Amino acid sequence: MMPTRRGDGRIAFAYLAPALLVLAGLLGYPIYQLVLISLFDYGQEQVSGGAPLTFLGLGNYAELLSQDRFWAVLGQTVGFAAVCVAGTLLVGAALAVLATRVRTWARMTLFLAALGAWATPAVAGSTIWLFLFDANFGFVNEVLGTTGFSWTYDRWVAFGLVAAQVVWCSFPFVMVTLYAGIKSIPGEVLEAAALDGASTAKTATSVILPLLRPLLIVVTIQSVIWDFKVFTQVYIMTGGGGIAGRNLVLNVYAYQQAFAASEYGLGASIGVVMTVLLLAVTVGYLRALRRSGEVL
Amino acid sequence: MRIAVAAAAVGAVVLAGCAPVQSGSAPTGGDERTGQLRVWLFDEVNRGPKEAVVREAVTEFERAHQGVTVDVQYIQVQTRAERFKAAFSDPASAPDVAEFGNTDLAGYVAGGGFAELDLGQWPDAKDLLPAVLDTGKVDGKVYGVPWYVGVRALYYRTDIFQELNLAPPAKLDEIAPLARRIRAAKPDMLGISAGGKYTYGAMPFVWANGGDIARKDGDKYVSTIDSPEAKAGLRQYTELIADDICPPAQCAGNGGDASVEAFRAGKAAMVVGGDFNRKSVDASSAAGKYAVVPLPGKDAGDIAPAFAGGNLLGVMKGSSRRTLADEFVRLLGGKSYQRKMFDAMGNLPTFGDVQADVAKANPVLDPFIRTLEAGTRFVPVTPDWAKIDAQAVLPTLLQQVAAGGEDLDRAAAQAAEQMNAAFGG
Repeated sequence: MMPTRRGDGRIAFAYLAPALLVLAGLLGYPIYQLVLISLFDYGQEQVSGGAPLTFLGLGNYAELLSQDRFWAVLGQTVGFAAVCVAGTLLVGAALAVLATRVRTWARMTLFLAALGAWATPAVAGSTIWLFLFDANFGFVNEVLGTTGFSWTYDRWVAFGLVAAQVVWCSFPFVMVTLYAGIKSIPGEVLEAAALDGASTAKTATSVILPLLRPLLIVVTIQSVIWDFKVFTQVYIMTGGGGIAGRNLVLNVYAYQQAFAASEYGLGASIGVVMTVLLLAVTVGYLRALRRSGEVL
Repeated sequence: MRIAVAAAAVGAVVLAGCAPVQSGSAPTGGDERTGQLRVWLFDEVNRGPKEAVVREAVTEFERAHQGVTVDVQYIQVQTRAERFKAAFSDPASAPDVAEFGNTDLAGYVAGGGFAELDLGQWPDAKDLLPAVLDTGKVDGKVYGVPWYVGVRALYYRTDIFQELNLAPPAKLDEIAPLARRIRAAKPDMLGISAGGKYTYGAMPFVWANGGDIARKDGDKYVSTIDSPEAKAGLRQYTELIADDICPPAQCAGNGGDASVEAFRAGKAAMVVGGDFNRKSVDASSAAGKYAVVPLPGKDAGDIAPAFAGGNLLGVMKGSSRRTLADEFVRLLGGKSYQRKMFDAMGNLPTFGDVQADVAKANPVLDPFIRTLEAGTRFVPVTPDWAKIDAQAVLPTLLQQVAAGGEDLDRAAAQAAEQMNAAFGG
């Protein structure tokens, strides 16, 4: 390793400056605005200049955290996101392994189908799923012979359906990433394991998984962030949060309570809370990994 | 050291701008007499006839005003909130004249969007129905000319009622037993199509029982949705969303359109529908097999107060062509074009004499006119109503009771609390 000289840090900073500037502009400024707005009573009247601004300090946060509804929705969101993340990773990983084991034409078909799901815009995908699961005219009820059964009425059935849709449109990312990861494991490593007499299961858990770990971390964090922030699927498939709002997740709740109602201050505070939670999840995850000796 | 510098930098930024952006209040525009007058109207499912009438008005207006062109844009009802908010924040992209829903009025006026109108110089104005004109007022000042009014009444299937030898309900509390009998005799029919999100179908039940959404207390509103009268109405309505009348799995998620859709599809024996639904029902499988009566009130012979829905025409505060905008509103919102709009779209006119004329020529309108004459009600006229509407307070209340197994007293108390929070109580 080269000895560090004085001034290296400054040069490094100079090299990083353009990227930092872009980050500050694109990320820092919006977050700054978000935090700022969350400290004010900021509604449509204030935006268009019809009413004076009132500084509330942490008033919006106090109001938010004192709502039972907020905590219920938060819990629901965490549970929903957990199920979606687990489902996405399982399906993605299973199909990635499958892709390494089948012939080219089968793999091509699998990839094309997955990319189709990936490329479908969320609004279109959700609407198509709704058509498929329509109570009276849906294909699924037709096949199952359950015409008239509403897939979006019961709380858990509705959540299940939306979770399935979320998994459907996000597993391709996991699959493609892990497939690339598996393919990049040098043949010699696997060959060596085989020569040492390792079984398939042993190879998978002791050789492949550790090598894939950095990738798994990335796709997990990505999935957590995506699924925690899910909006479109819930908003469209449950008609804005289900019967009496029992299928609400945090983002839809924020939209309905705050932005549709022009309470931008309150909405911004929900946004800040979500950002902090996601940052905490990410940081906690990274620290846990570092402790277990993984270098990123 | 570095941290100190960074902290100082952050501190400086925070100090530099410690308030979110505000656009200045809309300039009360000028009064140019030429150029382009911009108009926003709502898009409709079947816009053709509306567009034809509007085009006729535009041609007449342009002929009367040298050097003036009128640019009409049709905006989507679903995205109106975003469009209007953007227009209020940026007067340069705002129209001069706009059509808007009367329940949005108070919010728009508080947002600084619409200018007060002086109807004193307008001879037509004296014939505007007072109760309808009230839906265009905030604090006694007129901000919108009622362009048309919409009221709801009870549609029922004459063939089914005849077959089962039934008469339409004479009292509000006869609806549930009647609907139950129909569904028992015809299990694939909804006794009455009642939606869990159908606020304006449910509110007449509350009003008929002597309840209301809120009452004015000084200059503030206080919710009364948890009063015994209001709860009696809510109980009567939510009773309809049950397996033996309108199963929650099918009905709890429905708003007004979806409720009427079930009737159109021939799957419901009754529905609360508007005069504006008539044309679409006539083009459905229920055509020729239905009749309409006013929704009955608490006692026989009464009519349940209906919600006075409808759209207004207003002039934007930032308009730089104030006189032209006023004149265009009076032309399009005036008697002759309201009459033409009725012929084209079936929209009920807001002038007493014009309404009487069309009612005489169209007996099918009779139940709606009688409902109007019996007196209509409205939502609280406050900008907070937009918030309560957006937060879906009333639909949530209906759904909690009808489908969530929630106790009515508790749900109503919660809704009242949420409303009072919005009213700033």
